[in-house]
Amino acid sequence: MKGIWLRVYAVLYLVFLYAPIILLPLFAFNDSTIIAFPLTGFTTNWFVELTKIEAMHAAVLNSLFIAITTAVFATLLGICAARANNRYRFPGQRGIMGMVMLPLVLPEIIVAVSLLVVLLQLGFSLGSWSVILGHVLICTPFSIAILNSAFQNLDRSLEEAAIDLGETPFSSFRLITLPLVMPGIISSMLISFTISLDEFIIAFFLTGNEPTLPVYLWAQLRFPQKLPVVLALGTLLVALSIILLTCAEFFRRRGVARAGKSDTGGFL
Amino acid sequence: MRSEGANGLALVSPAALYAILLLAVPLCVIFAFSFWTQDYLTIDRTWTLKNYTEAFTEPLYGELLRRSILISGSVTLVTVVLAFPIAYFVSFYVAPERKSLWIFLITIPFWTSYLIRVFLWKVILGFNGVINTSLQGLGIIDEPLTFILYNANAVVITLAHAFAPFAILPIFVALEKIDRSLIEASLDLGENRVTTFLRVTLPLAMPGVVAAVLIVFIPTIGDYVTPRLVGGPDGLMIANMIQTQFLKLNNAPMGATLAIIAMASVTVIALAFVGLNRRFLRGPK
Repeated sequence: MKGIWLRVYAVLYLVFLYAPIILLPLFAFNDSTIIAFPLTGFTTNWFVELTKIEAMHAAVLNSLFIAITTAVFATLLGICAARANNRYRFPGQRGIMGMVMLPLVLPEIIVAVSLLVVLLQLGFSLGSWSVILGHVLICTPFSIAILNSAFQNLDRSLEEAAIDLGETPFSSFRLITLPLVMPGIISSMLISFTISLDEFIIAFFLTGNEPTLPVYLWAQLRFPQKLPVVLALGTLLVALSIILLTCAEFFRRRGVARAGKSDTGGFL
Repeated sequence: MRSEGANGLALVSPAALYAILLLAVPLCVIFAFSFWTQDYLTIDRTWTLKNYTEAFTEPLYGELLRRSILISGSVTLVTVVLAFPIAYFVSFYVAPERKSLWIFLITIPFWTSYLIRVFLWKVILGFNGVINTSLQGLGIIDEPLTFILYNANAVVITLAHAFAPFAILPIFVALEKIDRSLIEASLDLGENRVTTFLRVTLPLAMPGVVAAVLIVFIPTIGDYVTPRLVGGPDGLMIANMIQTQFLKLNNAPMGATLAIIAMASVTVIALAFVGLNRRFLRGPK
């Protein structure tokens, strides 16, 4: 049968991709402080331990605040830019869109150090808000990429029909366009939220005295005895990411279905 | 009513202004910084090439840059070569209604905590790690393998894992765009499967391959988490030095210079690569 080798390879490749995620819960429930095989026994102690660490709770709340704010602002910027890019032709379009999308390929450390230098030179003190500034910058391109396809799938004649029937451009946008791209908006917010929640490099440079969750995790990785607790936390994070992504994918597909198109690919 | 151009500009302006203020301006400031020097606690704003001279004469920086480019190049090669068959499989062998499920499966690991994933590779590759204990358990090896952790190999494996979806997706998109009748035509005209792949499919997929190479190569040069966690002393990269200059040595101008040099090298290599593949990137006539 043709394609059998490719199929075997594809399955092996998925094993390679999922290896770390499969190991994570194994060690999180393992009854030993040493992260190695063989496993010694089942325990939920590490999860109980999690509820007792105050510093971590602060980091979680801080990260959630940053991620929610980032998701809202990145998606707002994304809506404007994606709408402009699809609905209008304007001078310098390629250049402007290229610049807005640049953080997608720029190494994060460059974004991080350049923001750090500017903020310090201007005499601002670092905190959650500076992390938000950086995260909005890197999440906006993802938001635009998702919303671009949402706006592309839109049938222009629906909006034109609404205007012909007496709606203003604004009310036709609110009544026709917005509901049709709403799944894209929700999916963009979920993706931005996930990126911001996981992002480490920019947060590490810009966080100041209030660590985000990844920055807190990074500090804990140095202490071997704390590793099982870190892995327990990691398990929860991975579970949360997978749930959020499944929701995002669900909304994206619904958006594609609503616009009456067939589904061909993923997010990017 | 305003013109279409003005409407478009007005609508794109929030995102554009944000990118100018928080990306373009800071990048210019970094560029300026690279020509200044650190004078204990203050920045000496006399323009000088001193940092660049130091960067090019100090062997450590040159070695780190060479190693970073080598590691990023290997990561790119490994990632793209491993990714191509997957993209090909999903595009040509998976039923259309199941394609988005496969793409979804491929992208999920990418969205889970990066730090945790890198750390788990350390667990997998380590002295008492998953690979060593299972190979020893099966009696294939007697001594734990040591060449897979705390060196450049570990960095390449971990980054090839981290950037997999970035390589698969552009290649998949390029393969999806190929008109299947071209392949049938080639087979009808007497080419076999291998020559059809080499003379029709691969050249048409090259724009995706080039995009994959760029989108893996450019960001990997700036990674410092992976080298720090699994690289050991011989796997450290230029980004680790940039971080040290900024946060530990408090020498922002030197850090800025190294960042500029790293970016410039990556850009030159990327442009050269695009140039070499120019003939594949022209659109259909």
